[in-house]
Amino acid sequence: MLRGFAIAGTVLGVVGLWVALVAAPTDATQHDAYRIIYIHVPAAWMAMFLYLVMALWSALALGFNTRLSAMMAQAIAPTGAAMAFLALWTGAFWGRPTWGTYWAWDARMTSTLILLFLYLGVLALRSAIDDQRRADRACAVLSLVGAVNVPIIYFSVKWWNTLHQGSTISATAAPKMAAMMLTGLLLMTFAVWFYCIAIVLARVRVIILERERGAAWTAEVVAA
Amino acid sequence: MSEFLAMGGYAWYVWMAYGAFAAAIALEVLALRSRRRRAIELLRSGPAVDQAPRARLDPARTA
Repeated sequence: MLRGFAIAGTVLGVVGLWVALVAAPTDATQHDAYRIIYIHVPAAWMAMFLYLVMALWSALALGFNTRLSAMMAQAIAPTGAAMAFLALWTGAFWGRPTWGTYWAWDARMTSTLILLFLYLGVLALRSAIDDQRRADRACAVLSLVGAVNVPIIYFSVKWWNTLHQGSTISATAAPKMAAMMLTGLLLMTFAVWFYCIAIVLARVRVIILERERGAAWTAEVVAA
Repeated sequence: MSEFLAMGGYAWYVWMAYGAFAAAIALEVLALRSRRRRAIELLRSGPAVDQAPRARLDPARTA
């Protein structure tokens, strides 16, 4: 299954990049700078979505005291942090040619920066606690408390008058972009989605090997 | 080709964004690969340290 997600992500990524950088037409107002949308939007979506999934696994870990749930949350955090960083980074390089600035203390950007700090906080908290089970609980609480930030990011462009524009595509309205551009964006979104699933599953496997060192079956697995 | 790389004059912005994206994914995959190798090496190098006290408590051994 892991391999399936990895292959699907790679294939969609190659086709998606071709559409994004070659096939899709140049934008009338933003020219070729708009092509950053094909990585910026998927990264931003995944950064928010992964946080919610991490919080969900954290809730399960706290509620049912299931170790594997905590390991899933642990496996998601680094990828989530990478996606939050990429959303901010690609956004900065998109903002400069279109808004005239790499960075502004706008509601959406600031709340996304807080999302990155939350991910980094979860990672730092875990590495600061030696006892894995205590680290699980502490990280789960921090993840759940931080989840309040995700709707703030999502609705920030509606609640406040932000430099960042509102959403270009939504499930309820006709897309405000050309069909080829939308195709590229959807391809890249699914590519990044599958990549994240594959890397998180691969990481949780390694985490299981690390944390179940005491169990006899782990030695048998690596001996095979 | 050079026209493609020029990105209509926006080369710096487009390629800095795409370059960082590619670098992040490459780094993540490579880091996980080495972490996996390390975990497997540790497992092959023998039983975990925290297994030693438990082995001593094993009644079959102490008897």
